[in-house]
Amino acid sequence: MDALINGLYGIPLLGLVFQLAGYLVAVIPPMAPIILRSATPLALGAMCGVCCERSGVVNIGIEGTMLASAFAGWVVGIALAPMLGGAATPLFGLTLPLLIALVAALTVALVISALHAWLSISVRADQIISGTIINIAAFGVTGYLNTLISKSSPTSAGSFALFTPPKELSNLPVVGWLFDMFFNQGPIAMSVLILVVGLQIWLFRSRWGLRTRAVGEHPKAAETVGIDVIRLRYRNVLIGGLFAGLAGAYLSMEATNSFQAGMTAGRGFIALAAMIVGRWTPIGAFGAALLFAAFLSIGQAINFAPPGGDLGTIMTAVPAQVYDSLPYIVTIIVLAGVVGRSVAPAADGQPYERESAT
Amino acid sequence: MSAATGARPPFSAARLARSAWSVVALPLVSILLSFVVGAAIILVSQLLVPNQRFDWALPITAYHALITGAFGSFDGLVATLVATAPLIFGGLSVALGFKAGLFNIGAQGQFLVGALGSVYIGVIISGAPSVVAIPLAVLAAIAAGALWGFIPGILKAWSGAHEVVTTIMLNYVAVAFLAAAVSGPLKVPGSPAPVTYDVGNAAFPVFLGRTGHLGILLALVFVALIWWLLYRTTWGFEIRTVGANPDAARYAGMHPRVVTVFTMTGCGVLAGLAGSSVLLGVTHTMTSSFGTTVGFDSISVALLARSNPIGIIFAAILFGAMRAGAPLMQIQAQIPVELVDVLQATILLFLVASPVLRRLFRLRGVQSGLGSTETIARTYGGEATVR
Amino acid sequence: MTEAGRPTIAPALEMRGITKRYPGVVANDRIDLEVRPGEIHALLGENGAGKTTLMNVLYGLARPDEGQILLDGQPVTIAGPSDAIARGINMVHQHFMLVPVLTVADNILLGEETMANPVFLDRREAHRRIVELGRRFGFEIDPEAKVGSLSVGWQQRVEILKALYRRARILVLDEPTAVLTPQETEEIFAVLRRLAAEGQSIVFISHKLYEVLEIADRITVIRRGRVVGERRPAETNEDDLAEMMVGREVQLTVDRGESHVAGPVLEVSGLHVRDDRGNEVVRGVDLEVRAGEILGIAGVAGNGQDELVEAIIGLRRPWSGGVTLGGRDVTGHSPRQMNEDAVAYVPADRHRFGLVLGFPLSDNLVLTSYYRRPYARGVIRDDQAIIRDAEGSVERFDIRTPGVTVKASTLSGGNQQKAIVAREFDRDLKLLVLDQPTRGLDVGSIEFIHRQIIAKRDVGTAVLLVSAELDEVLEMSDRIAVMYRGRIVRILDGRSADKNEVGILMATGGEERATAPGITEATA
Repeated sequence: MDALINGLYGIPLLGLVFQLAGYLVAVIPPMAPIILRSATPLALGAMCGVCCERSGVVNIGIEGTMLASAFAGWVVGIALAPMLGGAATPLFGLTLPLLIALVAALTVALVISALHAWLSISVRADQIISGTIINIAAFGVTGYLNTLISKSSPTSAGSFALFTPPKELSNLPVVGWLFDMFFNQGPIAMSVLILVVGLQIWLFRSRWGLRTRAVGEHPKAAETVGIDVIRLRYRNVLIGGLFAGLAGAYLSMEATNSFQAGMTAGRGFIALAAMIVGRWTPIGAFGAALLFAAFLSIGQAINFAPPGGDLGTIMTAVPAQVYDSLPYIVTIIVLAGVVGRSVAPAADGQPYERESAT
Repeated sequence: MSAATGARPPFSAARLARSAWSVVALPLVSILLSFVVGAAIILVSQLLVPNQRFDWALPITAYHALITGAFGSFDGLVATLVATAPLIFGGLSVALGFKAGLFNIGAQGQFLVGALGSVYIGVIISGAPSVVAIPLAVLAAIAAGALWGFIPGILKAWSGAHEVVTTIMLNYVAVAFLAAAVSGPLKVPGSPAPVTYDVGNAAFPVFLGRTGHLGILLALVFVALIWWLLYRTTWGFEIRTVGANPDAARYAGMHPRVVTVFTMTGCGVLAGLAGSSVLLGVTHTMTSSFGTTVGFDSISVALLARSNPIGIIFAAILFGAMRAGAPLMQIQAQIPVELVDVLQATILLFLVASPVLRRLFRLRGVQSGLGSTETIARTYGGEATVR
Repeated sequence: MTEAGRPTIAPALEMRGITKRYPGVVANDRIDLEVRPGEIHALLGENGAGKTTLMNVLYGLARPDEGQILLDGQPVTIAGPSDAIARGINMVHQHFMLVPVLTVADNILLGEETMANPVFLDRREAHRRIVELGRRFGFEIDPEAKVGSLSVGWQQRVEILKALYRRARILVLDEPTAVLTPQETEEIFAVLRRLAAEGQSIVFISHKLYEVLEIADRITVIRRGRVVGERRPAETNEDDLAEMMVGREVQLTVDRGESHVAGPVLEVSGLHVRDDRGNEVVRGVDLEVRAGEILGIAGVAGNGQDELVEAIIGLRRPWSGGVTLGGRDVTGHSPRQMNEDAVAYVPADRHRFGLVLGFPLSDNLVLTSYYRRPYARGVIRDDQAIIRDAEGSVERFDIRTPGVTVKASTLSGGNQQKAIVAREFDRDLKLLVLDQPTRGLDVGSIEFIHRQIIAKRDVGTAVLLVSAELDEVLEMSDRIAVMYRGRIVRILDGRSADKNEVGILMATGGEERATAPGITEATA
């Protein structure tokens, strides 16, 4: 067996591919919790996209919504920590300030989504322009306030702690790493799987889901059977906002306990790509998010466990910036390869005008 | 009824004033309102800074500093123009995309690779006479920007990957690319910080004050060029037709895919030129922190100008002035320069909500807020995918 | 509440003095309409007369400026579609209000869902009810079929089932037969008669005179937003109704004169074309159009006509087969090349293909010739030449517009189509391809365009005319090719063709079929 593997690895050029495959098989299980952590904001962002776009509202303001929520959670935590600071509870290191901060993050996301909903549904502005403005505004306001606040170098309210699954479970052969992947996590990352599956069922089995899909495909038809297109779209955009808010809170309250200007680093857009690649379904988008996350984590994997052999020599010689840009390049390639076969909801991006313009 | 149809109406000052008002009314109202909102933000945000006395007059101090910084002195005025030049190029880049139904959110990336191209060639030929060095360094920016525009163009045309996602991704790739280049092959050997050599003779000559460089004039030339291209040539007609209705364009024998690729490449060229005007006109070297907000400001410029090349000059001066005046505001009023981003975003918010503004301020017969952008989201779902 | 002197049974529906104004037009001007229980009441009027507006008012999609609606004698206000549905008013829209990617069951359920619990749907129970309802009215339907894969005839049935599922008391059908074959129309009529016999009130909107005479108990004619009269079928005839509808005596058929046919211009052989989803929708078409004749293509919408035309004109690449023009192979030539070869094309969807609505009329008039002299020298446009020629076209083709620099979107549908005709007809042509050239237009514009087509034929242009309106094909064509499932199943003489025969060919392709399967083969 070993001889065979060594033989395969030894083939010029093609051997590198085998080495890469072998490396991935070896490195993915231990990296799995990290990959899910990278995938969490992407998947949550994509759920926001699914909620909005299935009802016909394009939301490219996910990035800005995430950024603003991340900031809001962080800043509210800072404000409350000195007043309400208590000992971290054993459950995810939860404290009262953290909890209130999470609520604040979600509230900010709701407010921003309401703005996007108003602009794109009621004002009937171009939805992509509206989203862009939200991104610019979120970037500007958080940058401005962050600079002001950072003057006093405040202390953060800390972050959610990881849960450690029992060793017996993670040490199980073959599937043990899956327990690690989904349970060696903070509360937000842990809830992603539930949210994804829940949204999938909700979308395809519930009344709300049926109406959402109808409105996204043919709003006029929905209106003629008495569905309030405008209200449904508002509701969906707001629900979507909660997902984006959760993604933002994850960035500043679970993945880190800090905020930096522009810390979303395009995740909102990668989330959009994940949604498209996943054909506007929650589970598909989650799968795509995991793929992109794997490439986000590859730079870490190389520090964490560099591969041996020729592959290792090459991979460690490549400048770090190449790994930094890898997820973005992969996003472009996958999007270009998949998008032709992925069909958007027919009314996506089109403002709906009721005929009863009195 | 149709006899005298095409005849131009006789010239009349009142008519001209009215049509001018219909164009500028909403942008003006939006700008004024955004300054009001900005003032409110300045007031409220004082509460966030501990141990600071609340100052009711702070917005006035801040705005006074902002305006003084931008227009208060000859040097300030020149600084404003210097900041305006890349915004004109960038604004034209985004506007050209809008005309073809494309949203070039990636002006920032094209700007960065354009600057990188300029510094790469500029350093190599820094010793050559300026008449040779400058055109070559500018051409390098054009080529690099073109490549960065060509990629999303071709992806959109042949796979339908929407440029909003691909150009954003390319922005991040450009950032990584630039960091790798400046800390690797282009780095001055032995220098503690990642920085390139000076472009020497490839730098734009200064013709106005201490900093007013050639790029300002070049930007104005390109305004005229793009206007002429869009409205006086058949290429411009094709670009506008593809943007307004790709299906009709195909029916009319145009090639929307080809137009898309060419236009997107053109967007890249213009944004690349913005990069060269900063690099060859201002910094002359590149550090790993090179990278301003030009790319994103360009979107604001194009939106505020409704993609009109002439309007872009004025919009660029406005945002250029804010950028030029912001440092003085930071010094005199301790207001972070990011306030400019906030003001920009608020201006755009008011513009995009223009139907509401119109009702609120009884502005009848004025043009709506955001010219030819109605078609951007339409192509998103691939329904009107170019063929 | 019944007033004295009224019939003992109150009308199921009464609309009194309905007025609806839109900026610049009065769409409905004090319209009165009364529908009795169990009555089929036809609303007759030409395109743009205000029929649809009136029904939108009834359905709560538009709010009337004046007037009153009474149901069973009780005045009501209808705030929106859900309100209308709750009151038992249901509408089958001219453009089907079905979501193609959803199943039959989901489409029927939508808005009136059968729930297993407050959150989740009970699809099984819904299926049972749909199948049962279908049986009662004589059609077996698969609730799991995707609506997008059904033929238009079956989609129409789904629309009617949708209304019945909601227990409609007043059923409004807006131009329900526009896309159906005569046989499908008969089947739908049978269903309607059955419903009326069960006590349903039906409002039947149409501009087709013979249909109205056949199905209606009473006919209300409206013109330019006003009621011009009410008739019973027994006391009127087509000429009388036509005059009421249009306001002047109309010639119901165009005088097409003799055709002087010469050699073949367009020859299509063994053409196979796929649609955007990769389905083969044109499956081996052989055609010949000769100089000086009009070849009409009859067929139910969606049998490959659009793709056939697009392949001929160069908008779609043929999968296999060939197209020749005057004996020269032009297979796969671009629209630009075809245009240069003196081929003109009037597309079916004028807003999507024919015009750039946001552009001035003058630019639209040079949309296919902007790059040629005199409109351009090299790449530089000559605006003066463009404006000058536009003014000439406006004059010659009677395009009603305040000027050539106004946006095309400000013109009426008829004038928009005239602009396209002006652009495409105003030169010497070898071949003229027309896809639905008069869809949705008023009688005046239709007459104008038909005369222009005949004039082109008479100077020796070969004309290929595609229309879903069988009447138009019968009226205009020298020869008629019937298209069914991507094939030309029969070519008939235009003068001797019998409407019923063509209808049967359109519906069945001429083969005897045991039952209509409902699902088109191409997508199954």
